[in-house]
Amino acid sequence: MAFLLHHQLQSLLDVLAGEGYQCVGPQVQDGAIVYAPLASAAELPRGYRDQQGPGEYRLVRENPQRFFAWANGPQALKPLVFAPRESAWQARRESGGALSFAPVAPQSRPTAVIGVRACDLAALALLDRHFLHESSPDRYYAARRDDLFLVAVNCTHPAATCFCASTGDGPDATSGYDLVLSELDDGFIIEAGSNAGQRALAQLQLDTDSKAQRSTAAAATANAAQQQSRCVPSRNMRNLLFANLESPHWEEVAQRCLACGNCTSVCPTCFCHAHREEPAIDGVHSHHVREWDSCFSQGHSYIHGLTVRSHTRERYRKWLVHKFGGWHDQFGRSGCTGCGRCITWCPVGIDVTAELAVLNAGGQGK
Amino acid sequence: MSGQVPCRARIVRRIQESPTIFTLGIELLESNQRKRFSFTPGQFNMVYLYGAGEVPISIVSDPEDETMLDHTIRVVGRVTRGLALLKEGDEAGIRGPFGRGWPLDAVHGKDVLIITGGLGCAPVISVINYILRRRADYGRLTILQGVKHSEDLIWRQRYERWIEQPDIDVRLAADVGTGNWPWYIGRVTALLDGVEIDAQRTIVMMCGPELMMARAVGSLASKGIPGGAIWMSMERNMHCGNGLCGHCQLGPKFVCREGPVFQYPEIESLLAIRGV
Ligand SMILES: Cc1cc2nc3c(=O)[nH]c(=O)nc-3n(C[C@H](O)[C@H](O)[C@H](O)COP(=O)(O)OP(=O)(O)OC[C@H]3O[C@@H](n4cnc5c(N)ncnc54)[C@H](O)[C@@H]3O)c2cc1C
Ligand code: SF4
Ligand code: SF4
Ligand code: FES
Repeated sequence: MAFLLHHQLQSLLDVLAGEGYQCVGPQVQDGAIVYAPLASAAELPRGYRDQQGPGEYRLVRENPQRFFAWANGPQALKPLVFAPRESAWQARRESGGALSFAPVAPQSRPTAVIGVRACDLAALALLDRHFLHESSPDRYYAARRDDLFLVAVNCTHPAATCFCASTGDGPDATSGYDLVLSELDDGFIIEAGSNAGQRALAQLQLDTDSKAQRSTAAAATANAAQQQSRCVPSRNMRNLLFANLESPHWEEVAQRCLACGNCTSVCPTCFCHAHREEPAIDGVHSHHVREWDSCFSQGHSYIHGLTVRSHTRERYRKWLVHKFGGWHDQFGRSGCTGCGRCITWCPVGIDVTAELAVLNAGGQGK
Repeated sequence: MSGQVPCRARIVRRIQESPTIFTLGIELLESNQRKRFSFTPGQFNMVYLYGAGEVPISIVSDPEDETMLDHTIRVVGRVTRGLALLKEGDEAGIRGPFGRGWPLDAVHGKDVLIITGGLGCAPVISVINYILRRRADYGRLTILQGVKHSEDLIWRQRYERWIEQPDIDVRLAADVGTGNWPWYIGRVTALLDGVEIDAQRTIVMMCGPELMMARAVGSLASKGIPGGAIWMSMERNMHCGNGLCGHCQLGPKFVCREGPVFQYPEIESLLAIRGV
């Protein structure tokens, strides 16, 4: 472990660039903190603080020293590994009608992500289980995943929507990173979590951190956990949810839910995607494209002559029961890492933790 | 690892089965892919039509036939309408085989009862074909097919051919019958009462509307057939076939990978609930 002074943050970016990584990091864009290619440490959202609530997100200026005194914005790591849209393969038709098929090479380059939060590391581990499933690992995901170098930051300023402490996924980053930072008023405790991280750290030639710094950092994340007011009723809601598929509460939520799918696009673990065929105008090629889809869309459950989940009631139920129930069967744990994004970015402010609480209490509406 | 990119394939045989149903015999063009391809009845391929996309279609030829893969397809929409226009010699693409097929080992030597409803009986055609080619290896073969309206029986010739065969008991039912419906009028599950069933040695295979299958399970239980002897092929929207896109989920099951054929107890709690 070592200590990186605030003004030395740029040297970390330089070392990573020297190792061949493009850096991606948080920046303020259009009033929200999003991940984008990062040219210098000056672009980081230093001095910003977020205010989040159901259907609500706002940035304000606060402690000018801090680089990471805010909680996650709308974006997770998901778009970096699971492209919102990409060509999966291409068919070519010769004039005689003969067809040939070529995979499209995944677009990827070594990328270092700065400022990754614990909930998103946990979500990435879940996406790994899905996309790298032994029966049919996805080559596009695999290529991008291999290219990632992750610089985590332990959370000190959770948003009101965060509940990672209750899902067991934060606010400390405990695994899955290459480097992890704990921010104090004058700099960061920095620690490696992989060989690649070790290599980068060695090049920085930093002083060691002190015991006092370590205990300040530990107190800050402990405090962050304590500040969280939302929680899941339990880490395993599987049986409760499957026993309540006919609860009247689903209809009650459906009265409010717009079936817009915002929750599924911001969720760091939602993995549904659609395949579409897009013939090129040259008449010789056709692209097989895949892009993010949502279980809230009309087409998601369409089979000829029938839409299996035709009502919002069934779609919201599908989403919640899958995320907090079906994931246990599929991946051995809940699909929620407590990031709170679906609460913040729901235009009508539907709150998963509140809906789970109602179902947990016997399913009678509010 | 089942393919994420289609294999080159060519139509070597095309049979018009009825005005809306046709069978494409498809040959994989690369010999190594052809040799490697092995499947169980009940499994399916993603059949690709240039410029239009892919659809999941059951493989109905015999698994021992190495020359081609038959797909019997009903014209319903965009892709199947295009596939219907393919002629012998035209090219297409195949990804597969996907999923888990019928439990042929469990059926060997047993009586087989097949119950289908509605329009979609494709997944059981493969197993019926399979058994008919090895008739001596099985006991009684009974097929019960139900439709809503007598005019919905879209492959009448096929059923009439089976009815004439002495070693199959085929019975048809229509909820609503018209003049030229010589068979039972009522629910397909009611046909069960007239069929002789040896509960100890019968394996049931079903496909069709989920409500019909749920009802049939009830009647079968009253005849002493245990849930573990009942298998059903499930249908969901499918885009990828290899457990990634999420479309085919039935509760926590990926139908493309864990199904489409399930043993009843595996999906018992999900079967009768609408919209899961
Ligand atoms: C495991 C399995 C096996 C099948 N086997 C056969 C078979 O042997 N013969 C046969 O005729 N049909 C079979 N079907 C149904 C067949 O896949 C649909 O009829 C077909 O996808 C309709 O496509 P379309 O573009 O012509 O219709 P449209 O109504 O235009 O459909 C548009 C799109 O919706 C999706 N879709 C529509 N209906 C279905 C459906 N029933 N299942 C999955 N996705 C659907 C597809 O992505 C399709 O491309 C099977 C379905 C499944 C799930
Ligand atoms: S369900 Fe909501 S809180 Fe949980 S991981 Fe997804 S977006 Fe975050
Ligand atoms: S829960 Fe909210 S974000 Fe999700 S689909 Fe419904 S309205 Fe949209
Ligand atoms: S069809 Fe894509 S997951 Fe099953």
